[in-house]
Amino acid sequence: MAETRPFTIEEFYRFAGEKRLMAARCNKCGELLLPPRPMCTKCLSTDLKWVELGKRGELLTYTVIHVAPTQFESLVPYIVGVVKLKDGLKLPGMIRGIEPEEIEVGMELEADFDTTLPSQWPMWPRYFFRAP
Amino acid sequence: MTRKPLVSVVSAGLSKFGKRQGLYGRELFAEAAKEAFNRCPNLEPKKDIKALFIGHMGESYEHQGHTGPTVSDWAGLLPIQATRVENACASSGAALRCGILAVLSGMCDVVMVGGVEKMTHRTTPDVTEFLAMASDYPFEQWHGITFPGLYALMATAHMHKYGTTEEQMAMVAVKNHHNGALNPKAHKQREVTLEKAISSRVIAWPLKLYDCSLITDGASCLILTKPELAKKFTDTPVHIIGSGQASDAIGLYERDRFTTLNAGKLAGQEAYRMAKVEPKDIDVAEVHDCFTIAEIIAYEDLGFCKQGEGGPLMESGATKLEGKIPVNSSGGLKSKGHPVGATGTAQAYEIYLQLAGQAEKRQVDGAEIGLAHNVGGSGATATVHILRRA
Repeated sequence: MAETRPFTIEEFYRFAGEKRLMAARCNKCGELLLPPRPMCTKCLSTDLKWVELGKRGELLTYTVIHVAPTQFESLVPYIVGVVKLKDGLKLPGMIRGIEPEEIEVGMELEADFDTTLPSQWPMWPRYFFRAP
Repeated sequence: MTRKPLVSVVSAGLSKFGKRQGLYGRELFAEAAKEAFNRCPNLEPKKDIKALFIGHMGESYEHQGHTGPTVSDWAGLLPIQATRVENACASSGAALRCGILAVLSGMCDVVMVGGVEKMTHRTTPDVTEFLAMASDYPFEQWHGITFPGLYALMATAHMHKYGTTEEQMAMVAVKNHHNGALNPKAHKQREVTLEKAISSRVIAWPLKLYDCSLITDGASCLILTKPELAKKFTDTPVHIIGSGQASDAIGLYERDRFTTLNAGKLAGQEAYRMAKVEPKDIDVAEVHDCFTIAEIIAYEDLGFCKQGEGGPLMESGATKLEGKIPVNSSGGLKSKGHPVGATGTAQAYEIYLQLAGQAEKRQVDGAEIGLAHNVGGSGATATVHILRRA
């Protein structure tokens, strides 16, 4: 029962662990909230519901990270970007399986999920993007 | 006619910026405070100063929080109220704003504002991690997006939309290093060539080492008072005539556009409106060049050129020391250095020197109105202050 789950960031990641991209929709004004939040930032209503988002979107911008914090050092160089989903919402994330020279602003990408949990807080799965 | 002053700056101090081994941040702050006291012999710091607002971003660097009383003690100012202000890299721009509010409220006649950060004793991966705390944790840091990475996302978007080039970005580095070479307090007092800048190693493509500001130790401060009291302390006050501050979403990805910092734009508009000046009236500006693309975006957000024309403005030479609107005469964050918490008031310090005619080799002739633009994180905070020669 998605409707009973709290409108929190942690819950967003629990859904990611179920391979679903979810946002909150305000029942009062219709605003889509991603990250989900306990209160609609447009009309301040707390009357919300979970909605599932499509996984495909368009790459708006990207970078290739060469210097990373310790936690990500073993992955360099890696690509991160911001994807605009079909619903108009934007999500940042890692782009895997594509070489830096093949990446282009405007290309279509699809969200996928890495459901292995880290051993420390936060115990969240990660979503990432790849070629559809 | 510009507006009447909000407050007056009667003195200012800046520690030497650089790799300051063997010192704590509080000791750097004492160095900046001492310069400010020396510049203003009519001021009795222990008697006159009624409050201290100190910008400081990260307790991780020195394992030290509670910065307000700590630096106040070292500046000899106990037991006055001392409050730390944290808005990431805009911490001391925001502290300056707090100081202005404190004087304007009538509660304090004289206040000290400043900033401090001690960073260079930590490893680059550590600093990268600490700086990333100014960005969104669950959606940005969690996915490996670094702080240079966020500005790289802006740079890619700006290049894609407006045709801005890596060469134009490198030109910002060359210009600011040229200016920094003239500033005895700058961290890196040496010129770089365009070839060296553009061929430096990639940090977060399209940003390379020379597109990034420096990891630096430093402290800065200003002493503010009511305009009607300024002459009691100095014959050469500099007035603050406009102040703006605005906020945006912590996550870059949440914003409508990645090619502009809306908070910077709004803070600029507020400051211009308050000061009753326009972008064309600005004689000298310090803008937040944490990355070269940030300076190009600042030109546009502050109205020095139209949206999308920041790259060509850099290329035209207009923002060089001898240009129409010299930007970052101090060397900017790029060459003077970026001890994050200290940056906002260090920018105001440079504008103070320029308007007081004390900027020596990098003096902009006849500068009357100056602007300081300070950005926190990837633009979730921005402050803009406009100063005028008295």
